[in-house]
Amino acid sequence: MAVLTEEQQMLRDGAQEWVSKRAPVSAFRATRDSGAVFDPALWKEIAEMGWAGMVVPEAQGGSDFGLTGMGLVLEEMGKTLVASPLFISGLVAASAIKSIGNDAQKADWLTKIADGSAIVTLAIDEGTRHNTAQTAMQAQADGDGFTLSGTKVQVIEGIAADAFLVLARTSGAAGDTDGLTLFLVPANSAGITRTQLKTFDSRGHAKVVFDGVKVGKDAVVGTIGGAHAPLEKVLDVARVGIACEMLGLCQQAFDTTLEYLKTRVQFNTILAQFQALQHRMADLFMELQLARSVIEHAVREIDAGGDGAEEAAILAKGFVGDVANKMSRQMIQLHGGIGMTDQYDAGFYIKRSRVLEATFGNQSQQSERWANLHDY
Amino acid sequence: MVYQFVAGRATARPSRNAEKGRSKPMNAQDSQLAAFRAEAREWLAKNFPKSLTGKRDVLMDIAPRYPEGEDWAAWKTAMGDKGWGTPTWPTEYGAGGLSRQEAMILDDEIERIGAFNPIVGMGVNMLGPTLLEFGTDEQRAQHLPLVVRGAVNWCQGYSEPGAGSDLASLKTKAEDKGDHYLVNGQKIWTSGSMYADWCFCLVRTSNDHKHEGISFLLIDMHSPGVEVRPITLISGKQTFAEVFFTDVKVEKGNLVGDLRQGWTIAKRLMQHERNGIGARKVSVGELRPVHEVAKEYIGTDDQGRLSDYDLRARIARHQMWERAQRLTVARVVEESKQGPSEATSVMKNAGSVSIQTREELLMEIMGNRGIGWEGDDYLPVEIEQTRQMLQNKANSIYGGTYEIQANIISKRILGMLDHQ
Ligand SMILES: Cc1cc2nc3c(=O)[nH]c(=O)nc-3n(C[C@H](O)[C@H](O)[C@H](O)COP(=O)(O)OP(=O)(O)OC[C@H]3O[C@@H](n4cnc5c(N)ncnc54)[C@H](O)[C@@H]3O)c2cc1C
Repeated sequence: MAVLTEEQQMLRDGAQEWVSKRAPVSAFRATRDSGAVFDPALWKEIAEMGWAGMVVPEAQGGSDFGLTGMGLVLEEMGKTLVASPLFISGLVAASAIKSIGNDAQKADWLTKIADGSAIVTLAIDEGTRHNTAQTAMQAQADGDGFTLSGTKVQVIEGIAADAFLVLARTSGAAGDTDGLTLFLVPANSAGITRTQLKTFDSRGHAKVVFDGVKVGKDAVVGTIGGAHAPLEKVLDVARVGIACEMLGLCQQAFDTTLEYLKTRVQFNTILAQFQALQHRMADLFMELQLARSVIEHAVREIDAGGDGAEEAAILAKGFVGDVANKMSRQMIQLHGGIGMTDQYDAGFYIKRSRVLEATFGNQSQQSERWANLHDY
Repeated sequence: MVYQFVAGRATARPSRNAEKGRSKPMNAQDSQLAAFRAEAREWLAKNFPKSLTGKRDVLMDIAPRYPEGEDWAAWKTAMGDKGWGTPTWPTEYGAGGLSRQEAMILDDEIERIGAFNPIVGMGVNMLGPTLLEFGTDEQRAQHLPLVVRGAVNWCQGYSEPGAGSDLASLKTKAEDKGDHYLVNGQKIWTSGSMYADWCFCLVRTSNDHKHEGISFLLIDMHSPGVEVRPITLISGKQTFAEVFFTDVKVEKGNLVGDLRQGWTIAKRLMQHERNGIGARKVSVGELRPVHEVAKEYIGTDDQGRLSDYDLRARIARHQMWERAQRLTVARVVEESKQGPSEATSVMKNAGSVSIQTREELLMEIMGNRGIGWEGDDYLPVEIEQTRQMLQNKANSIYGGTYEIQANIISKRILGMLDHQ
């Protein structure tokens, strides 16, 4: 575990305690069984504890703890699969508005994000794979503003959202990085239809159709046509946030599996005594430790905001994604039949892992970026 | 949590990015460290011979032979006299006496200019820390100053033909003859023993107990009755040998720790050893990035991508793994208050995976130029790389094999019990 400051230590302890008391895996199971994508009561508690404002500046009612703080909470929540808009609104949308938005947008939205009274999300993906440059959705100049038309998929908490940060094209064609513009669009704007996507992690994902949605010039976040680069930076913050959740998921999958091997008896002995399984666990433990090092490095680099942030984010999303993939697979394998049942929790971990792996670029997309970054 | 990765928790160290982030006002300690950095930088600029820049790979072996030459000698003397080759050891032995933070800064500065630490070998990585922990004042006074100056070569007499992974089954015996021990037996795979002055050796002083019958003895390799027979490895190099002890007399003052404490000391020393293997640092310019070699041998497409896409992806995956492994080394250093811990087994295995994957990739990249053994048809660097790939297969064997480390991780860290 990293060398934490006293404040961070308290934050982590607090998160650990809340998660184990209020949001164990059984809470997620109950939410899923009810058909809901998150529990509003828990989300209210999360906001009341101030976690939704962790990356929001103090001026707008946040605590400005940075990703170092937010990461600790996301990791703890990853352990018990807590479903909440914290990641997308409190980390991603808040980071976007904070770094790209103008003063009015900050004043309007950051305070509401921080106190949990508004949920803001990103509406960017259109195709089967995350790729911002491939955005085709049009934003047609229209009098003093723009008209947005197109369909977005995999919009996280798209049903609960009060506003969308929508990526659309003001010029160029799909494939160009130039010509992309980000708009902040209230969810109740005329012309928006949203449908819940039933994904296997049972979380909130939506398809959002924008049919001639009219927005004013004041809806533009950042510069017209210049959204790609600043948005990618925000997405790197998001990728590290996801990786923090994946780390928690890996840790819990590992701990649960280890515990199981120590109790399950076959051939008159606990499974933990078989060397084949010992060595598999030793290898997984090694990778888990590497994953933790990668995360601790990444949150620091992101908060420092320097040149190392991009590489660190690629590494976090790609490497920890690989570990999460393996860990969640082995969790099922090493549990045998029980691991295959819906009644047992292992399935939740593999499902959540696969969704997180794909979100904002999977492992092979990160290796591709790594190679490009290093010029080969 | 049922396990702990590293023992103890460290005090915070200044992040390398402290300057970039919301930087706090400098406190007294920070300015002291900044002053030390300036001092180190200036001293290194003055003393490191430029001709040796990036030449550290010559010293990469576990028991390297120090090269001849004026600049090499000058650099060793400079660092040895300054005590910075053993930066954190006490000044009373002529060592650096630096704090851990200062040592990290020194390391940074050494790396920054493509320099390296010339004080290497088993005296530094293994014996020194062990004597500091278990040695007598006389033993430290006799041996440490020589190690600090790189004036002595040590070798490790652990393995025997019948005692490898099951090291405690070793048979080389030391009989008590009143004023000395009489040593008889055979060691094998003893790295650097061909040019070693001293050997730290595990010997059996009693047959009544497997582990407690073992003692830790320092043996002068120039004593009568010591015979060394070099063994050629698959790399064509001769880095280790068989060592025979026939009626070798060893003074009693050369016993480290108590008579039956040898196994405890041996295990502690192996943690230092594994730490050294896993944490082995690669300095700037020392190892060429794999992708650069690949671009040279394989070429790129019109967008500048390596033309072999599958290989390109595997290189990226490897480099990410390697980065994760190095970050782990840094994290362990940052977290652990004192010396190596169980985490060393994790690091050793992670380090072997890194280096061996790298070497296999390079071999593949070089194609038919990667299979040369000798002759002018191959470049010296190609032959060296090929031999290195073979030599580094030992990385997952010595210091306790990959499998033995996995046993340690699963049993000691994870508490997966053994068959009783
Ligand atoms: C280049 C090189 C340098 C060396 N330098 C030194 C030195 O300086 N001093 C020194 O004392 N020794 C040295 N060694 C020896 C080294 O420590 C031993 O080779 C090592 O401990 C393995 O012992 P062994 O060779 O007898 O293999 P064995 O113990 O016979 O092992 C053979 C295989 O079986 C596996 N195995 C063994 N036991 C188990 C188990 N319980 N569970 C699962 N798998 C197991 C091993 O992992 C290995 O794959 C060196 C070795 C090499 C290759």
